[in-house]
Amino acid sequence: MGRRVLITGVSRFLGALLAKRLERDPDVETIIGVDLQPPLTAFERVEVVRADIRNPLFVKVLQATGADTVVHANVVTDEFEMGRGAMKEVNVIGSMQLLAACQKSETLERVIVKSSTEVYGSEPNGPAFCTEDMGPLGPPKSGYHRDVLEVEQYARDFGRRRPDICLTVLRYSNILGNTVNNPVSQYLGQPVVPTVFGFDPRISFIHEDDALEVLVHAVGQEVPGIFNVVADDAVYLSQAIRLAGRIQAPVLPPAPVLAQRALRFLPFVELPDHLARYLTHGHVADNTRLKTVFGYEPRYTALDAVHDFALKKRAERIVREPTPPQWEDDLRRYIDRKLAEGPTTAGGG
Amino acid sequence: MAERGRGDARVIPLTSEARRKARRVTPNEVAARARAAQRRSQNRERGRQNRMATLERLPEGGGLVSGVMADPRLRRMAGFVRRRYAGEYVVDEYGFDEELTEEVLLPPLRALYRRYWRVEVRGMRHVPDEGPAVLACNHSGVVPWDAAMLLVALHDEHPAKPIVRIQGADGLMNMPVVSHLARKAANTVANEVDALRMLQEGEIVAAFPEGSRGLGKSFKDRYRLQRFRRNTFVEVALQTGAPIIPVGIVGAEETYPSITDVPVLARLFGLPYFALTANMPVPLPSKWIVEFGEPISTEAFGPDAESDAMTVFNIADGVRDIIQQILYRNLLQRRTWFW
Repeated sequence: MGRRVLITGVSRFLGALLAKRLERDPDVETIIGVDLQPPLTAFERVEVVRADIRNPLFVKVLQATGADTVVHANVVTDEFEMGRGAMKEVNVIGSMQLLAACQKSETLERVIVKSSTEVYGSEPNGPAFCTEDMGPLGPPKSGYHRDVLEVEQYARDFGRRRPDICLTVLRYSNILGNTVNNPVSQYLGQPVVPTVFGFDPRISFIHEDDALEVLVHAVGQEVPGIFNVVADDAVYLSQAIRLAGRIQAPVLPPAPVLAQRALRFLPFVELPDHLARYLTHGHVADNTRLKTVFGYEPRYTALDAVHDFALKKRAERIVREPTPPQWEDDLRRYIDRKLAEGPTTAGGG
Repeated sequence: MAERGRGDARVIPLTSEARRKARRVTPNEVAARARAAQRRSQNRERGRQNRMATLERLPEGGGLVSGVMADPRLRRMAGFVRRRYAGEYVVDEYGFDEELTEEVLLPPLRALYRRYWRVEVRGMRHVPDEGPAVLACNHSGVVPWDAAMLLVALHDEHPAKPIVRIQGADGLMNMPVVSHLARKAANTVANEVDALRMLQEGEIVAAFPEGSRGLGKSFKDRYRLQRFRRNTFVEVALQTGAPIIPVGIVGAEETYPSITDVPVLARLFGLPYFALTANMPVPLPSKWIVEFGEPISTEAFGPDAESDAMTVFNIADGVRDIIQQILYRNLLQRRTWFW
């Protein structure tokens, strides 16, 4: 019997990618995608359930589907997408309810939680590389940082209560590549990129292809533990901006806190709180455990990710509205399948 | 003079009762060193390719531009600016930016080093070409010029030009401008995790164990080594079997004779000290002598010696004595502050 995978946040970038990728996997029997928003792309095999993970009734969904793997990819980074209040609801209450539901499940074998390297926070005195056994470097200074810490706390509690279930916590660093659209890519995509004057943090990325493959690997293999998902190297923010072909504009005043404020309220940037701090002090996570224990070797370096991102931006300058070719393809296949099934089921599109 | 490998440096055991359970290099360390060496060579290769690429793109043949560009120094500068602008340069994983350090940061420091302070270096042969090794230096002079001069000394006067990872103070990375320039010149914030990682990868690490206490001490205490703030440098050396090289820097004390410490202002600005000096922005042109002492072996102390507080303390105390002796010896050779 194949695996039955439930993915939360299937209407988000990584969730959608994972669902599409697992569709092609013969070992996966059923894919259940859960989200409140309608999905971004048309799926072939994914059963999309529009449910709220914050609702205690979510247990029923989990029971009814009989999932043996849950991928929790619904931690929201962008506080401007839905507002800070809603974001906290989704992140904290959502994770709590989801993990509570998982705790009651009889059929579950694996739970994968997508966390963030933001758990370490961005502190000037932080080490060059943060390893998984480190806690936060300082008290949380942004809402997202608090959220992630709480999500990981719930995950730890869950792991303690159900030691029979394999729990994988993946601490993702910022995803960058040629399709992803997230706060960091929006930030780096501006023609003039404001930075905090006098600071040039070391930052790192994970290429979107690697980000997806790591999730696939976690679904396919039993690898309990916490892992940083990040490329091998680190780049300076200034170098990333130059490689992306943008212009760096250091923002005064030099007092870092004020400059962070200024960065946030400039009309053309929408920088989440944690990112403003990240772009001042930065943090880089260590991926040794990802390579040795988890067993995944990132194929792209952070520089490669920036290069890919730069390529996309250069292409956009020539072609205004790029249509992602795979979507078109999917849509065509979807329509073909619907047509083949006959007129009774083809409606509603 | 040409071959100064690690094998050539005479390593003295510090205590006679050093136990004979010599520490062996673990497979993990071997792997880490191999990985780091591979990364270093990759970085070097990428840097070379970048340089070649910009050289090729510079205009060839006739015309005014290429006429001007015939000057190799101009070509080099143009290539540098071009690479900077395009972002095509190599930074290692700790943030060391070799090209920026050599082209922008070192030249002014070198002028200070050669002309202003006329730094004299002794015992450079004690510094190995490759790590792991821990340099333990005295710290003085209000503004940490001694760290900068150490960087120049090792870059200019050591045949292998080793990269030295200087372990900076806690507040360093919170200072605008200084923070990222320091990082690009291979500084990090002093912490055990980084130091251990670097030593395991075979890097040379420099520590100022006196910390800000040495930097901010009053002028009447000059060349009196302060109590070490942390003995982490000994612990990490023991853990990795890296030799400790004591370094005495004479001359930095007189750059800014500190009249008095103003704790109120220090608290106001959140600094560890606030030394009142007569000549604040302009340092005095004192005569400097930097001496590297004989390496002290830490391999003979056996495994887990780093968790033995007494051993750590004894070694740190021994290192302290040696640095103090180096300072006194070199002070005697200087006739006045200035020559």
